[in-house]
Amino acid sequence: MRASNLIYDGTFDGFLTCVFNVYEYKLEDVAIQKETAVQNLLFSDSETIITDTNKADRVWIGLKTKLSKASSFKVYYAFLSEKEDIEVLLLDFIKYAFKSAVPIDKDYANPTVLKVSQISKMVGREKHRMEAFVRFKLTKDQIYFANIEPDFNVLPLISKHFKSRYADQKWIIYDLKRHYGLYYDLQKVEIINLNFSDDFDPTKTSAEYFSDEEFEFQKLWQHYFKSTNIESRKNMNLHIRHVPKRYWKYLSEKQPN
Amino acid sequence: MSFERTQEKLKILADAAKYDVSCSSSGSNRKNTNKGLGDATGMGICHSYTEDGRCVSLLKILLTNHCIFDCAYCVTRKSNDIKRAAFKVQEVVDLTMNFYRRNYIEGLFLSSGIFKSADYTMERLVGVAKKLRLEENFNGYIHLKSIPGASDELMREAGLYADRLSVNIEIPTKSGLKLLAPDKNHDDFIKPMVKVKNEIIQYKAEKKIIRSTPKYAPAGQSTQMIIGASGENDFQIMQTSNHFYKNYNLKRVYYSGYVPISYDSRLPQIGTEVPMLRENRLYQTDWLMRFYGFDVNEILNANHQHLDLDIDPKLSWALRNLHCFPVDVNKADKRMLARIPGLGMKSVSKIIYARRYRKLNWEHLKKIGVALNRARYFMICDSNDFERRDLTASQIKNFILQNSTSKYTKTLSNQLNLFG
Ligand code: SF4
Repeated sequence: MRASNLIYDGTFDGFLTCVFNVYEYKLEDVAIQKETAVQNLLFSDSETIITDTNKADRVWIGLKTKLSKASSFKVYYAFLSEKEDIEVLLLDFIKYAFKSAVPIDKDYANPTVLKVSQISKMVGREKHRMEAFVRFKLTKDQIYFANIEPDFNVLPLISKHFKSRYADQKWIIYDLKRHYGLYYDLQKVEIINLNFSDDFDPTKTSAEYFSDEEFEFQKLWQHYFKSTNIESRKNMNLHIRHVPKRYWKYLSEKQPN
Repeated sequence: MSFERTQEKLKILADAAKYDVSCSSSGSNRKNTNKGLGDATGMGICHSYTEDGRCVSLLKILLTNHCIFDCAYCVTRKSNDIKRAAFKVQEVVDLTMNFYRRNYIEGLFLSSGIFKSADYTMERLVGVAKKLRLEENFNGYIHLKSIPGASDELMREAGLYADRLSVNIEIPTKSGLKLLAPDKNHDDFIKPMVKVKNEIIQYKAEKKIIRSTPKYAPAGQSTQMIIGASGENDFQIMQTSNHFYKNYNLKRVYYSGYVPISYDSRLPQIGTEVPMLRENRLYQTDWLMRFYGFDVNEILNANHQHLDLDIDPKLSWALRNLHCFPVDVNKADKRMLARIPGLGMKSVSKIIYARRYRKLNWEHLKKIGVALNRARYFMICDSNDFERRDLTASQIKNFILQNSTSKYTKTLSNQLNLFG
């Protein structure tokens, strides 16, 4: 048995295909890398895995018989963290799940189970934050537009929430870090890529792109935010713990006016 | 709409509404069924936080701060010399819709000073909710204040459009209310609560028969008490609170430390510190009652009328009841686990799950997230290393206090000085 190094396209299905191959060929000592992250490709003994949704589905369905629905989603959440070596951690988790006769969901004293649970919780927290911190601005062509730079790749997770909440308005949520976004056209949500012109500053509301009343509502909101604060209870530490500074630049209420 | 004029009103009417703390928007489930705007299912979202650390999830405003009454503890009182303003119904609707569409808020929290009469005021509050639901197809969250003294008919209508209704009892005792709000009648507060409770029960019963019965105030009702304005002790406050939970099916009682806003001699003077730590201890007690299986009398009773400020109420209870400890975490039932200081309900359920796989030792417990610096004096686990000294309550308390820094340390030393 030799050590193997699997390279995949970075998608969840791609990862599950790798897991399939690990079982199919009884691979041991496996490393799994995204193709974008691969170094020294020429020198390592590595194999490129082509994503196969059939194989991926078989792993996923198998996993769901071993775990509760919530725990299988934990695997997906943790995957979206994009953390270094997340693939190997998840592979260990999946192996443990398949091997064990009893469901392992709640075995928090096992370090792998605990770790996956912790990472998925971090991703869940980021999802929740984005659901809260997205700030739509109305563009001249009547689309509500927001940009975000989440720590983890949470767009796939927040789609449903925004679709059911904003069913009667067109909207775009764009991940500037990962260069893709979601567009809802009143019927369905699509994945889009945008080319921003060079003078586009995502932290500003330029009159060229956004509707006139947009400024007015931002101003109203900023003033509301100020008026609703109780000065004698000010507690900046608590404030920053809830709204970490890295998110401020996209929050209308945090802009200098 | 004229943005400048609205701006001015918003400033005045948000400022006047901010002392009301019941900002929670959770507990409802109004689904987006008509492809309209919004839903209020599941957890409420905090879209932002004020600099005092409170969650901003609702547009919280007064419809007007004109008021015919003169309650001493209230900024809106008739005799107070402040700027007055009033929103039109449509203005509130527009603000709500536009803030909601931009994902600033979960919905609207609308309260009001009493202008002309209770019914006249309540009618306008209901008007806003009705317009949002029927004309704008708005499915977000709406919390309306019930105006004490409003008619049954209006209360019934309010419940059809609002997710939550509340009446602020404000002052925990009848005598306090008489002193500080002479225009108000204690029964006027209770009446709308009874009404809403009866409506909820009636609607629930009907719902079993007809599936399409409209939801009546699906998130239930809540109330707020001001703490530290009229001299009540913790025992009286929690007795009142318990009474409301038990008799009126309230979802939440909120405790709001009094922020001094007047030189009225009946009240704490301007500059007096807001009793934030005490407020926090009351909330902890409230949680112990609602989620940890404590009876209010175990925590506060005739012999123990004040909550300790330096330690939390669960630890305080445990120190008074050392005969119940140590608890064996590998054997104890949920009820006893929940009583160990330093163990939250989340850790309790993790322990119950994890101990099915193996006996838990200190290392496991630490990983699960148990605050061992407090918990270790009260429990044993799968280890020979446990507290063998026969410590007294005050020794344990000292050890724990030495090893912990509270976020309230500064406030604590200030507030303790009051008693020193
Ligand atoms: S009736 Fe309400 S708004 Fe008017 S003074 Fe009393 S507490 Fe304030």
